[in-house]
Amino acid sequence: MTLLEVRGLDAGYGDFQALFGIDVDVAVGETLAMIGANGAGKTTFLRVLAGQVPAWAGSIMFDGTDIAHVKAHRRVGLGIALVPEGRMLFGSLTVRENLIIGAHAGRSGRWNIDTVLDVFPLIRPLLDRPSQVLSGGEQQSVAIGRALMSNPRLILLDEVSLGLAPVVVKSLYDALPALSEGGATVLLVEQDIGQALAVASRLVCLLEGRVSLEGRPDGVARSDITAAYFGLPASSGTEASS
Amino acid sequence: MEWLNAIVQGIMLGGLFALFATGLSLAFGVMRFVNLAHGDLAILGAFVAVSVISATGLNPFVSLVIVVPVMLAAGYALQLGAFNFTISPDPLPSILVTFGLGIVIQNVLLETYSADSRGLDVGSIEIESIRVTDAIAIGWIPLITLVVAVTVLGALQLMLSRTSLGRAFRAVSDDPPTARLMGINDRNLYAVAMGIAFATVAVAGVFLGIRQSFGPLDGPAQLLYAFEAVVIGGLGSVWGTLVGGLLLGVAHTVGGQFEVTYGYGSGPLVGHLVFLVVLATKPSGLLGRRAE
Ligand SMILES: Nc1ncnc2c1ncn2[C@@H]1O[C@H](COP(=O)(O)OP(=O)(O)O)[C@@H](O)[C@H]1O
Ligand SMILES: [Mg+2]
Repeated sequence: MTLLEVRGLDAGYGDFQALFGIDVDVAVGETLAMIGANGAGKTTFLRVLAGQVPAWAGSIMFDGTDIAHVKAHRRVGLGIALVPEGRMLFGSLTVRENLIIGAHAGRSGRWNIDTVLDVFPLIRPLLDRPSQVLSGGEQQSVAIGRALMSNPRLILLDEVSLGLAPVVVKSLYDALPALSEGGATVLLVEQDIGQALAVASRLVCLLEGRVSLEGRPDGVARSDITAAYFGLPASSGTEASS
Repeated sequence: MEWLNAIVQGIMLGGLFALFATGLSLAFGVMRFVNLAHGDLAILGAFVAVSVISATGLNPFVSLVIVVPVMLAAGYALQLGAFNFTISPDPLPSILVTFGLGIVIQNVLLETYSADSRGLDVGSIEIESIRVTDAIAIGWIPLITLVVAVTVLGALQLMLSRTSLGRAFRAVSDDPPTARLMGINDRNLYAVAMGIAFATVAVAGVFLGIRQSFGPLDGPAQLLYAFEAVVIGGLGSVWGTLVGGLLLGVAHTVGGQFEVTYGYGSGPLVGHLVFLVVLATKPSGLLGRRAE
């Protein structure tokens, strides 16, 4: 069953067009990784889905209805949660308040502070701290937890690993299966191809605002991914050794 | 003893300043909105009370039961219908629009109520006081004003720190786009904040009208004192607003001690000096958060 069906999506900022005719499908329960170089339009795509950037053209069917023109603050209630690039915790709220506010207009379901803390036990002792004093990895855990608190059907993760040490990234990625098991469909954006391929059931590559490749991680050649990522001419199609 | 009395009276006066400053501080804190019509809104509130009292014969204190909801609704509607279109990182549009609104309010009040000074009559309590010592007596009206100011600011602080509405206010103040991701309708929240601002400034206006006579053009002076209280106390801090109001009140009454020698106006002058000293030495205000 398809949860999200994006067709012919154009979007941008002012006169600048960042996305050109994007078609993407996300099936219920899958983990879709969107990769692409810096500036390819990945963040813009997620922000359009969350309603922070308006769609210029095209449709965004979410569970059968077009939400392209639904206001941002109504989308979390429909079941879309964005973990934004740069975490964007609320600086004047404590960690606990940052989590609670995630449920402000969300749906009911299995996620609450306790179940979120089961997934991210390291933030339990930090609950009453101001969110600014947390390390990058802790902040990212809170940002994911905050999104979970709304019991999303579709969770959008924007560069979870950005600026974090490899061990921290690993622990965050280790938590991802818990999101799917909790019933959420995951769309994650990464610049780090290896990281994305390890967890994704499907892969979409963006290049300069267009989809340049789509497929299953085990079904596309590494060289094709590299070509789609950097905009190089496609390889002859032979499987590259990795 | 004269000085001690001046300080005590200043604290009472400061309650009124703090009440004036509350809504200004809230609107700025939540949405970086600078409301130059704030003082005129206080006067408007006092005139609404005049009309309510002449229509119903209610006591001015009791008239608040009508004045406050009316002003709250007006603030909510005005924010949704007009002010929201001026919200941007640049405060200039809000300054221009509210400057114009202030002039409109002044002229409508002049047309409707004439330029005559008015007062709100609460009866003999106006001149009654509690005698603390031979030299110090605390008037009931100033005392009630102070108690109301502390109660209003305390309630606001509780709301901001403990309730889900307050959490939403703080989140929107931090980062509106991310607050929207949480399902917070920031535009509606701004309207709620402006409703609260109008309600509190109407209370201030009614207490001003009980304390002294007022006319349609008295708003700008009240705005100035409210601004000074907010800046002295620190932007975005509720307790700072109270401290700023009290300090400004004390500056006015202590400065007033010089009036015998230097003539009328030395009270507000000392108030302005305190404001300038705080601005020069601690621009974020006494209890303010550091500038972002
Ligand atoms: N707020 C903005 N205003 C104008 N242009 C922007 C803005 N955000 C991103 N862009 C531009 O849109 C393009 C896509 O950016 P982005 O979606 O952030 O890419 P990615 O997340 O893949 O690195 C880039 O060219 C970027 O410069
Ligand atoms: Mg990005």
